[in-house]
Amino acid sequence: MTEPLLQVDDLVVHYPAGRKRVVHAVDGVSLTVAPGEFVALVGESGCGKTTTAQAIMRMAKVTAGTITYSGCDITTFSQREMRPIRHEMQLIFQDPYESLDPRFRVRDTVIEPLQIHGVTDNREERVRAALERAGLTPAELYIDRYPHELSGGQRQRVSIAASLVLEPTMLLADEPVSMLDVSVRAGILGLLEELRKSGLGILMITHDLSTAAHYANRICVMYLGRVVEEGPAHEVIRNPQHPYTKALVSVVPQPDPDRATKPQILQGETPNPVNVPSGCRFHPRCPVAEARCQNEDPQLRPAGGDGQQAACLLI
Amino acid sequence: MTPVLVIEGLHVWFELPNHKELHAVKGISFELEPGERLGLVGESGCGKTTAILAMMGLLPPTASAAGKIILDGDDILAGGDTTMRPHRWKDISMVFQGAMNAFDPVKTIGSQIQEPIVKAKLAEGKAARLRTAELLELVGISGSRQDRYPHEFSGGMRQRAAIAMALACDPKVLLADEPTTALDVMVQAQILKLLVQLTDDLGLAMIMVTHDLPLVSQVCTRAAVMYAGEIAEIGTTHDLYHKPLHPYTRMLFSATPDLLAEQTVRSIPGAPPRLDQPLVGCPFQPRCDSALTVCASEAAPLRTGPDGHRAYCHLKDTA
Amino acid sequence: MSVVDAPMTPLDEVRKSPSRLRSLLSFLRKHPQAAIGFVILMLFVFVAIFGPYFAPYGEREQVGPIFGTPSSAHPLGLDDGGIDILSLLIYGARVTLIVGFAGAVVAMLVGGSIGIISGYFGGKIDNALMRTTDYFLVLPDLVLMIVVASIWGRSLRNIIIIIGLIYWTYMARLIRAQVKVVRERAYVKRAQALGATHTRIIFRHVIPQIAPLLLAQTVLMVALAIFLETAISFLGLGDPSVASWGKMIETAFSRSAISYGAWWAIAPPGIAVALVIMAFNMVGTAAEDSLNPRLRVSHLARRHFRLRPLPDKEPPK
Repeated sequence: MTEPLLQVDDLVVHYPAGRKRVVHAVDGVSLTVAPGEFVALVGESGCGKTTTAQAIMRMAKVTAGTITYSGCDITTFSQREMRPIRHEMQLIFQDPYESLDPRFRVRDTVIEPLQIHGVTDNREERVRAALERAGLTPAELYIDRYPHELSGGQRQRVSIAASLVLEPTMLLADEPVSMLDVSVRAGILGLLEELRKSGLGILMITHDLSTAAHYANRICVMYLGRVVEEGPAHEVIRNPQHPYTKALVSVVPQPDPDRATKPQILQGETPNPVNVPSGCRFHPRCPVAEARCQNEDPQLRPAGGDGQQAACLLI
Repeated sequence: MTPVLVIEGLHVWFELPNHKELHAVKGISFELEPGERLGLVGESGCGKTTAILAMMGLLPPTASAAGKIILDGDDILAGGDTTMRPHRWKDISMVFQGAMNAFDPVKTIGSQIQEPIVKAKLAEGKAARLRTAELLELVGISGSRQDRYPHEFSGGMRQRAAIAMALACDPKVLLADEPTTALDVMVQAQILKLLVQLTDDLGLAMIMVTHDLPLVSQVCTRAAVMYAGEIAEIGTTHDLYHKPLHPYTRMLFSATPDLLAEQTVRSIPGAPPRLDQPLVGCPFQPRCDSALTVCASEAAPLRTGPDGHRAYCHLKDTA
Repeated sequence: MSVVDAPMTPLDEVRKSPSRLRSLLSFLRKHPQAAIGFVILMLFVFVAIFGPYFAPYGEREQVGPIFGTPSSAHPLGLDDGGIDILSLLIYGARVTLIVGFAGAVVAMLVGGSIGIISGYFGGKIDNALMRTTDYFLVLPDLVLMIVVASIWGRSLRNIIIIIGLIYWTYMARLIRAQVKVVRERAYVKRAQALGATHTRIIFRHVIPQIAPLLLAQTVLMVALAIFLETAISFLGLGDPSVASWGKMIETAFSRSAISYGAWWAIAPPGIAVALVIMAFNMVGTAAEDSLNPRLRVSHLARRHFRLRPLPDKEPPK
């Protein structure tokens, strides 16, 4: 395997919640993304997936752990030192209706990264190339428009074009299609897949297992600030090892009504990350928990096949 | 069985500020059997939410409606608001989109569930409290928690409470508008299970509006696929998935990633048409992958299949 | 990849964003009260600018008896120095408007920048700035006016500073709240993720977004500033060397115009002040209204829709 583009080791992000309590948003997450690899970070709300992405972009304060980008430890970089990294690593936001400045024409939005990073040559060509790469062809048709003149899918493409204009090596996409209609989602995800094929590393944050299964090479499943299972997308979906992943896979609705599913519905909801349960943090909701799960905190270890790992004491 | 609800040629128009008109629902017809779960699916702006708001008689003053909404043999749309009001909440009730966020933060959950009970003069005082506790138990919340405030409930519990509120006056038909969007998959599964259980146990008919085809496949027995204000296809969920008659249904399924199938996910090119101008021919024709020349000029004819399977399409073979 | 999501109209058909003049005109058409206020304002501005060219008499020119009654030569009569009141009113318009505008602009600049910094950076900076604002907020206006005027002396510049000092707190709180909302927008977050400097984000994304609100509030503040100027002058803390409407009222009072029965020395400047304040208010509130998000109708509210006959050509569905 090639040298990873992004390597996160034992990342911890805690922040105060008032009255001396601490939110354990991210509590020891490790993951890697290689060039040309599409990794999906899957989990329910409150599992820490978005905080992980923000910490990687250094937009959330890292409590412990290291973030390495292209072999370079960026964990303690100052904002000034981060600038070249921000050139390489781009963030795509969830809400295409919110992520474009309503007063900016498409050109202004896409040109902004070039201005911020002081790229002055061939700006116009770069903008056009980025728009066409994002599937907005011909660029002339879109370049002078305002966001309100575009559909949701087109806005998300403009947002992606603005991320591509600096020719980054890595994209971080936070729920890039959850606000879009089903009929246009595949277009946006197909675009991300093509970018991956052209060598970009992609880390996508999503709550949708089906999307992750179709587009990602690898899936990391998060629960309450931890990665509980990680491995090739195919293995994680077809052969889940961790009880949480098993439950999650079982409750995804299937489009074929005849494919009878036996949803294994967990009781309750993800606990508040302020009061993290002792031992295995999943044990209060785990259908197969034993007495020792209350005391021992499991670490990721090989389980299943093909480099798959899970953090469960019972495997 | 006699259907509990029959919709016949329902139209809804909205007045736009520029003196134009938006024809949001263009004469849809279907029947709902007692205890049946029907899905209403489509992209945003296809008129699915407008259609069920019309069934509740909750259209805004800028709207006008035509057609028939027949509840137990009576056309309740005939007299406008006057004839709709007595049935609202009592016979037809609704769980609104984002209902879990619609509770008043300064009133207890119980007092808010009681509101429709007291308004309908079904019970008062202690009896109303008892009924509220019963309703909460029905949706899986301990009745003793009725004096809690909305912020003390999680999102999933608030959605359960919203369902309890819709059940307060023992309706015959429950309309659910995107009941699980904004909820996590696990909570979504809990709520769906609850809705299936409730409709089975209470013999309640339900119309579930959603943009998510797999949800409908798992929860409903029949579904109507809406496009540009019309029902493009209606039939059992089995037929829609395995033998779709309308290319839109087929393309919508292939745009939806299936967790376990090795299919190629394809987006549907283009976007739905604007509804503020008259359309010629089949509205889906510009996006359709198997459109014929006739599709652009002539309205699509009815195609039928077994089990009340209907679609409006020019194609002769299965889509 | 060339997937186009929606049919696109050719660019030349795209609605051109209306010019500033056009959008001003359409705003005035939609808000008749703003139009009336605007016309009154334009009249006063015209008088303030060109008044000295057509004022019938000089600002200090004694043209008749003390408190001379209104006549055809002096439609508004004469004041305690035998000076033509109409001419004084015309000269005073300039001072009054200048003080009003300048005071509002000072309040906007100080309050606006503190509001933006406080709202954008948040945290400790926000805390410190907001506590400072609270101090100014609880200072009694009258005392502040008297103290500043007696320490720094009575001049136009000082009046403007006093107005700024009194009103910036209000502006700061309002702008801070708005900036806090804008700061959370995804496009601001994106600019941050791109490594944009704070200055860039503030000037490119934040200020353009709050500018309309800032403008509407400034217009409203001019009205307040003019009122305050009148009050300050009336209390005798105004600049003794220039004629403002407030000072006209003050001199009329102190020279006992009332006991002379010379109502014309007091009423015209009073009415002028009231008119201008009303005009600014009419424009400002209309602008503020049109910027406020409309209240949404609740789902559960009973609403009446209309019924209509079925369309002639019933589609077969």
